[in-house]
Amino acid sequence: MEIALSIITGLMILGALYAIHAKDLLSSVIACGIVGYSLVICFLLLKAPDLAIVQIVVDTITLIIMVAVVLDSSREEQFSKLDTGGYISAVTAMVIIVVLLYFFAVSIQNLDVLGKSTLRMAEHYIEGAAQKTGSANLVTGVVFDFRGYDTMGEAVVLVTAVLGVLTILRLKGKK
Amino acid sequence: MIPYIMCFILFLVGLYGVITRRNLVKIAVSLSIMEISTFLFFALIGYIDGGVAPIVDPADPVKTYVDPLPQALVLTAIVIGLATTAMLMAVIIRLYRKYGTFDIREIKNLRG
Amino acid sequence: MKGMTIIVKKTTQLISGMVFLYGIYVIIHGHLTPGGGFAGGVIVAGSLILVTLAYGGDFLKLVKEESGTTIVESLATIMVILIATAGLLFGTHIFFNNFLPKGIVGHLVSAGVLPLYNIFVGTEVASSIFIIFLSLIIFKEESPQ
Repeated sequence: MEIALSIITGLMILGALYAIHAKDLLSSVIACGIVGYSLVICFLLLKAPDLAIVQIVVDTITLIIMVAVVLDSSREEQFSKLDTGGYISAVTAMVIIVVLLYFFAVSIQNLDVLGKSTLRMAEHYIEGAAQKTGSANLVTGVVFDFRGYDTMGEAVVLVTAVLGVLTILRLKGKK
Repeated sequence: MIPYIMCFILFLVGLYGVITRRNLVKIAVSLSIMEISTFLFFALIGYIDGGVAPIVDPADPVKTYVDPLPQALVLTAIVIGLATTAMLMAVIIRLYRKYGTFDIREIKNLRG
Repeated sequence: MKGMTIIVKKTTQLISGMVFLYGIYVIIHGHLTPGGGFAGGVIVAGSLILVTLAYGGDFLKLVKEESGTTIVESLATIMVILIATAGLLFGTHIFFNNFLPKGIVGHLVSAGVLPLYNIFVGTEVASSIFIIFLSLIIFKEESPQ
């Protein structure tokens, strides 16, 4: 299982590299959609069917919105030569990546081996959850019963995002 | 350990795309890639060897389930990521209609 | 906006009802099978987007649809918070209390107040995504390039 996960994440990295460097904007957006669909296979290998259903439909909607924005324009990235601004941003990116790699190398010693996690909260959430909440789907029980505040916060964030989109895309004001 | 390392490298690829690209759509795509690596990391933490999906079947109870808590956190995060990406796309299409280009350097020069 | 060709219209006529019904199934069986309010809500929104894209519609009809959907979304959010507050009146007097009887694990009518949460959150997510899509189309209609 670890071998299959490693192969699929390797292909995701290749897809992400192509999405950043593609000349045509439509190809870049479609590559982003393909990376999202590969995540669905990873979720199914990690025994999370709830997440797989949500990710596949959300990635489709994201692809629709991005294509609606890109098709409206000239669809090409104007490639211009590297000037001083380009050099500064490339050097900044290299410095940040080296610092982050150092911190990852230090903190990866503390991660458990894949599959033998020693989180103590897992037993408290699993045992008796089906009796306490009454639902057969443990993830729904955790989302709506044990951690109901997070769900309420997420519903409010969705309403706020819709308000933001309605405000930004409004052309005529009231007279 | 190798899936963890690949997850970090995907995050770094997205971060490199956000910092160095000049096209607005490429910046949005790189942000989406960074979010995908975060979801994968959370799902990797909750996996237990030999566990089954966390759906209880009352006929035959199983001993080991996969941890449902990281899955609940990622469920909320995926939908919020969709809302953020949609709002970013609304801003991008508004900028394109006004300035005629997706390039952030030219927008900075044309403003005002 | 213009609709699409006759082949797309006939295919949409055949399958959009089934996609809508599948979305409602995923919402209602959220406490028994994988899925729940969020996934089912996005599937329902997907079927509404399919019908809008295939058949088109003139500008005033789209504006009226958008203003009606905002009312549905606001009402669904208010109902979610009302059900959460109603937990303060029964049982152990805490927020988000699961106050209806829990029933037998595995039956359709069980798990207390969870199916109601799933239905209202599913409605709210579906209307949100449909509003985002409609406002994008209205913006493109209003200012053609």
